[in-house]
Amino acid sequence: MTQTKKSSGHPLDGLLRLDRIPHIWCPGCGIGTAFSSCLIAMKTSGIDLQKTVMVSGIGCSGRGAGYVNLDSYHTTHGRAIPFATGMKLANPELNVVVFSGDGDLFAIGGNHFIHAARRNVDMTIICINNFNYGMTGGQVAPTTPYQAKTTTTPAGNPERPFNLPLLAYASGATYVSRWTILHTRDLMESIEEALKKRGFSFIEVLAPCPVNYGRRNREKALDSLKIYQERTIIKNDAHPTELDIDFDRGVILGKFIDLDQPTCTEMYDKTCRPKDLLYD
Amino acid sequence: MEFWRIPLDADEIQITRGIVHIIEDRCKGCGYCIEFCPKEILEFSTKFNQKGYHPPMVVKPDDCVNCHYCEIICPEFAIYSVEDTMNMEKAQG
Ligand code: SF4
Ligand code: SF4
Ligand code: SF4
Repeated sequence: MTQTKKSSGHPLDGLLRLDRIPHIWCPGCGIGTAFSSCLIAMKTSGIDLQKTVMVSGIGCSGRGAGYVNLDSYHTTHGRAIPFATGMKLANPELNVVVFSGDGDLFAIGGNHFIHAARRNVDMTIICINNFNYGMTGGQVAPTTPYQAKTTTTPAGNPERPFNLPLLAYASGATYVSRWTILHTRDLMESIEEALKKRGFSFIEVLAPCPVNYGRRNREKALDSLKIYQERTIIKNDAHPTELDIDFDRGVILGKFIDLDQPTCTEMYDKTCRPKDLLYD
Repeated sequence: MEFWRIPLDADEIQITRGIVHIIEDRCKGCGYCIEFCPKEILEFSTKFNQKGYHPPMVVKPDDCVNCHYCEIICPEFAIYSVEDTMNMEKAQG
């Protein structure tokens, strides 16, 4: 018999702090999907979850760390990456995952991002980009598309947004990709690949914030997903300079960078802890 | 399943069948699973859950191919599919 059954055993329940579910994210918010893809990738990648930690900063996406049933840390605004860098240096065995939003990682935390990428710290950064500051009421962010409306740009955003994959690449990231929450399978596979990758991996996830960004730009949650379906182009290995976010022209998704380079810890050990020094 | 052209190996391919489970009280009614299920097997139900949303219901249970798309896109961990091993044979060929 093929039937719908009521059951309470979702396959991800083991990785969730069930006492905190339902989460605070609004109906249709894309963060939940990105979070779910991340948890599935953690499960399927085969990495040792006992040695995996999740670090978040502040903002709606920053709540992620509070829902995962692993060692997880909700840090101060913009400081998820330095906190995570410290953990990785202190215990290089850890798989360090940073799950946070565009505002946290690229506005207040922007400097930390570029330096962790420059050092090639071995960690996975999952950045939920919803084009505005959702938690505080939908103000303009460094990722808000040109002429998009927010509470603080009622006539449209006069500035141009960051091209995050270009920023990551230029700073030294060794793995860079971009997907939307509609491209669930690609997103999940990309996160899985990034988790297993040695080096600084960056995944940008485009996600709707229907309550703030969507409302002011006449986009219901489903409309945003249809835009992701109709106005995106998958182009692996595209050059990062082509990756500006402009939905009128089409937004490029895919895996853009995948390089092998010595990590921060390896370079540090080679320079500051040569074997002959250690055993003298 | 209907084919525009019968694939040459149609009698060898097993179509996986799935059973959808819905945890109704977790649903916030975004409609993603309903809109993007490739087999269009879900619809909003008319009843309300504890939080006042209309959760999805399965209208074409026999068509689920266990692709897990609904499971991954659901932001609320409210829906998932499992393989229907009992019905494998029926789906063959
Ligand atoms: S405010 Fe926006 S980003 Fe924050 S939970 Fe609501 S929809 Fe998501
Ligand atoms: S598993 Fe696939 S076919 Fe089945 S209900 Fe979910 S999305 Fe539809
Ligand atoms: S995707 Fe999840 S939250 Fe949205 S309608 Fe379906 S079951 Fe409900």
